[in-house]
Amino acid sequence: MAAGLDAAQGLRPKARARRLRGGALRALALLAPPVGAFLVVYVAALVALFVSAFWTVDAFTGELIHHWTFDNFRTLWNESTYRTVALRTIGIAAAVTITDAVIAFPFAYFMARIAGGRTRAMLFVLVLLPLWASYLARVYAWRLILDNDGLLNWSLRKVGLPPAGLAYSNTAMWIVFSYIWLPFMILPVYAALERIPHSYIEASRDLGARGFRTFRSVVLPLALPGVVAGSIFTFSLTLGDYITPTLIGGTSSQFIGNVVYDSVNQSSNLPFGAAFAVVPVVVMGVYLVIARRLGAFEAL
Amino acid sequence: MTKRTWALLAMLALGLVFPAAGVSKQQGGVLHMIAWEGYLQPQWVAPFTKATGCQIKSKYAGSSDEMVTLMRTGGGGQYDMVSASGDASLRLIYGHDVQTVDPSKIPDFKNFGKAFQSPPNNTVGGKHYGISLQWGPNTLLYNTQKVKPAPTSWSSIYSAKYKGKITVPDNPIQIADAALYLMKTQPSLKITDPYELNVAQFNATIHLLTQQKPLIKKYWALASDEIDLFKNGDAVIGASWPYQTNTLQAAKAPVKDLIPKEGATGWLDTWMVSAKTKQLDCAYKWLAWISTPKVQAEQAIYFGETPVNSKACAIMDTLAKGSCEQYHANAPLKYFKQIYFWKTPIADCGNGQKNCMDYTKWQQAWTQLKG
Repeated sequence: MAAGLDAAQGLRPKARARRLRGGALRALALLAPPVGAFLVVYVAALVALFVSAFWTVDAFTGELIHHWTFDNFRTLWNESTYRTVALRTIGIAAAVTITDAVIAFPFAYFMARIAGGRTRAMLFVLVLLPLWASYLARVYAWRLILDNDGLLNWSLRKVGLPPAGLAYSNTAMWIVFSYIWLPFMILPVYAALERIPHSYIEASRDLGARGFRTFRSVVLPLALPGVVAGSIFTFSLTLGDYITPTLIGGTSSQFIGNVVYDSVNQSSNLPFGAAFAVVPVVVMGVYLVIARRLGAFEAL
Repeated sequence: MTKRTWALLAMLALGLVFPAAGVSKQQGGVLHMIAWEGYLQPQWVAPFTKATGCQIKSKYAGSSDEMVTLMRTGGGGQYDMVSASGDASLRLIYGHDVQTVDPSKIPDFKNFGKAFQSPPNNTVGGKHYGISLQWGPNTLLYNTQKVKPAPTSWSSIYSAKYKGKITVPDNPIQIADAALYLMKTQPSLKITDPYELNVAQFNATIHLLTQQKPLIKKYWALASDEIDLFKNGDAVIGASWPYQTNTLQAAKAPVKDLIPKEGATGWLDTWMVSAKTKQLDCAYKWLAWISTPKVQAEQAIYFGETPVNSKACAIMDTLAKGSCEQYHANAPLKYFKQIYFWKTPIADCGNGQKNCMDYTKWQQAWTQLKG
């Protein structure tokens, strides 16, 4: 297209080459600072993380021992505790993602295709409103709801039911995570649903498809990239969290993040924390490859 | 550039130079300190700054491990002082993060109880690596309406009677509490010090904690977490600090605490000076200030702990009637002897053997216990 444009402007080949070189230089000058910052701040940090995972520390003095070893990864692999923690983290992240997808889809569908302009605007505000409050405040609010003498048990007592006893458990974590990350699922699903041209649905009807068939064969496949895009958020945000497990979790609720935090803060064992932090990076890498196959990046 | 711009620039430059000169003439400096929450209250920090010109910038840490990590990060030059507990102080000493101090420069040092002048957690080989500050026990806290009869033993938090209503700190040093209980209840294990455990003793302790885990509602990480647990009825009994008791009682919660018949673990805090500080003068002024009877009394009452300066007792009673007795500032040696102060577990068992479980093992065991 650039060549066509140049031809149309009647530039001679030499001038064109000069212009291209100038353009490339300008682009380079424009991109160099952000790319440089990206390399230094982001990539270098990841590389440093990965490299330090192969070091160890002196247990007592806390000094780094710069000696290459697979010890940290061996410990991770051999100790069943760390496997349990990793599987728990991934399992709850998956459960939260599925829950959010199931709740978000009908909500987003209503917003995108049924609600009128005014209702839609109000629903948007309602979805975004919790994001204005601090993450911590929302987690503590849930603690007040789930506590032994909390709102939930109080309500259950009022209607004559036994107390739920959900406080400080993995179930509580699942509920709180599902609540906190829900807006991150609703918005991409809404965007994907809104983009489906009405003519497609009319065409489907004209061809004799009933409501459910239209939904299954037209709406769902076109909305799926949006769901997958939302799942990237809900999955990765849960995967990396360590505050909710501390505040809401019970006696067996450690996440990968908690073990990393303890390694750095309790043991001054940065290398072991780095080694464990590689696990979610790998998990997310695999997840993103799958998400790309499903077309999630076009929906973002 | 025009002449006017030059003149403006010159004025700006002068402005930069002169205040700086002014600061360097002041007698004080700025002390960057790591402390427990409540240890640097304006009540005794403001008069210090006024008297000496030394300013204080504080950073609160939530655990001993965090204090050690903070002292070591950034090359160790970032912080000047730390109020380290006994389970951090030895790590700081052996890690060369702190320097020796000269107690003869602290006028009140001679008024300290004998046990606090050279305790093993801040004095190594006759060298002082800091000045003792305050101490206190880790108590058994319970809800007086839900726990009847009143507990007398740590066995209450290891028995199924209060299943699902028990809380203990989320801290590897908690292993020592279980070891102390076994030391008093299972003499066949021959535990003599809850911080010096060989493999067999350590495994027996972890076994006890593993059995305890299904009884526990939550391992609390912050003091405020435990306060919430007791307020909301999720826990009725648990291991605690006097601080939580004070806060809960102030909020009219029906709680009491005690030192059970087996004794208790406890903490003895020390102000230590970073090996790389450039504010040694201010640091010594702070050590002297915080050791005076009045400041010792103020901090003891604020936090609910016991001062090391024996002259603080009288002042405590003038500040709050009966507080000297309440916080055991006049307690006899017998009271003190039943408390086993936090110290970093190391491989050296203290009896010539080197096969004890060190703190890394404690931390690993704790992570695995939580699973």
